[in-house]
Amino acid sequence: MADSNQQTGTTGLQLALAWLFVGIPLTWGVIQTLMNAMKLFQ
Amino acid sequence: MAYLPFLDRSHSIAKPGFSRWMVPPAALCIHLCIGEAYAFSVFNLPMTKLIGVSQSAPTDWSIPELGWIFSIAIFVLGFSAALFGRWVEEGGPRQAMFTSALCWAGGFIISAIGVYIHNLWIVYIGYGLVGGCGLGLGYISPVSTLIKWFPDRPGMATGMAIMGFGGAAFIAAPLSVWLMSRFTTATHIGVAETFIVLGAIYFVFMMVGTFIVRVPAPGWKPEGYTPPTQASKLITTSDVYVYDALKTPQFWCIWIVLCVNVTAGIGVLGQASAMSQEMFPGRITAVAAAGFIGLASLFNMLGRFFWASASDYIGRKNTYFCFMVLGFLLYCAVPYMGSIGSIVGFVVCFLVIYTMYGGGFATVPAYLRDMFGTRYVGAIHGLLITAWSMAGIFGPVLVNYIRQYNIDHGVPKAQAYNITMYIMAGLFVIGFIANALVKAVDKRHHMKPETDSATAAMRAGAAGQPAGA
Repeated sequence: MADSNQQTGTTGLQLALAWLFVGIPLTWGVIQTLMNAMKLFQ
Repeated sequence: MAYLPFLDRSHSIAKPGFSRWMVPPAALCIHLCIGEAYAFSVFNLPMTKLIGVSQSAPTDWSIPELGWIFSIAIFVLGFSAALFGRWVEEGGPRQAMFTSALCWAGGFIISAIGVYIHNLWIVYIGYGLVGGCGLGLGYISPVSTLIKWFPDRPGMATGMAIMGFGGAAFIAAPLSVWLMSRFTTATHIGVAETFIVLGAIYFVFMMVGTFIVRVPAPGWKPEGYTPPTQASKLITTSDVYVYDALKTPQFWCIWIVLCVNVTAGIGVLGQASAMSQEMFPGRITAVAAAGFIGLASLFNMLGRFFWASASDYIGRKNTYFCFMVLGFLLYCAVPYMGSIGSIVGFVVCFLVIYTMYGGGFATVPAYLRDMFGTRYVGAIHGLLITAWSMAGIFGPVLVNYIRQYNIDHGVPKAQAYNITMYIMAGLFVIGFIANALVKAVDKRHHMKPETDSATAAMRAGAAGQPAGA
């Protein structure tokens, strides 16, 4: 297995990809929840 | 792990230029997966119809039997976090995350086999035991790493990760329902297939976190940050060995504070749907109650980030004072809101309570760091999670049994929760006192230089490295 520590610096693209990787599913889940929560006010 | 050196702590030390902002997404990769446990109830009803398909057959599993799956998993979470905390701390985050991924995904695969051959014991072992170990290891694995990367804002850093645990159900619930709808036919309920797909997805997701995570190089500190050389009143600059922490009153005071906070939150969280409908009969429907639960979960998640971040500014002890005082006032206010029929007041009270429920989980790692130092904070956090396991028993018992007792003695359903609310408020008084008793840890518990050297040598031996590497 290659050592992924060969790289030395973190690029902006890597940072953005890492955050999008977790941010997109979380945002999707929050939107789904908010849509359900709206039923409380209907 | 000699056979997979990539996982060793020594192979995960960050090179110069590595951004510490890569670590929170790595932690979220783990917590967004293991937090699925909060959404496991979506499988309960389908799993009662695996044989009968359209309706439960006599040989189908019952809801009480299925309820044990989650209970075992949460019990094993606390147990494994306490048991393996030191191993996680000394071996580094990668091997813990990798092991957690194997256990969590493996738990789903074993459970799929159990569902396929309709043997509930295999599901108990799979999701409950194996998956529960994945939960415990995964929950504590990124905590101390985040604290080391963010010495200037430890509350915010751990709050982000633990927020993921609270938010995971938002993803898991709709995803699980959608997957089951894809695999279910007129003659078959697609639970086993859903477990396999979820196991595969979670394994990949958690492995991404395992690859991304790094530990800071020895002596690293954020740019512009000057670590305090003198311990402040409630923030130590020394370390306490994991099992020595158990000998301090501070550990047990924080244990009580966490247990109180979780007991109050978890009790009403599990009963929120029925409680809201019973306190406002005819005004809050089942559909509206489901919306309330969704909103409550959202506030639970947001509270994890908000309160943990706030604790970096107002201090950990003051944050828990806020929880105890506000919790007392809000629980006292709930019966009043019910008596005047104020749904808005009721909802607002509980939404604030849920932020503090989540905030209690998210702030406690930083509180432990302040008290016991960074070296064994992950392992000490693992031991403290037993408070969660205990609260998981106390909370629902208090709410459900007192409600039932009141109803059996002729109290109207709309008022059946009042005594419980006042008992919860009373618990916060106990929590307040416990929090007030938290003082700086006595110096005799601090690790001595010779202990440090011995521990470092032991750690290096485990990693196959000379001490100090």
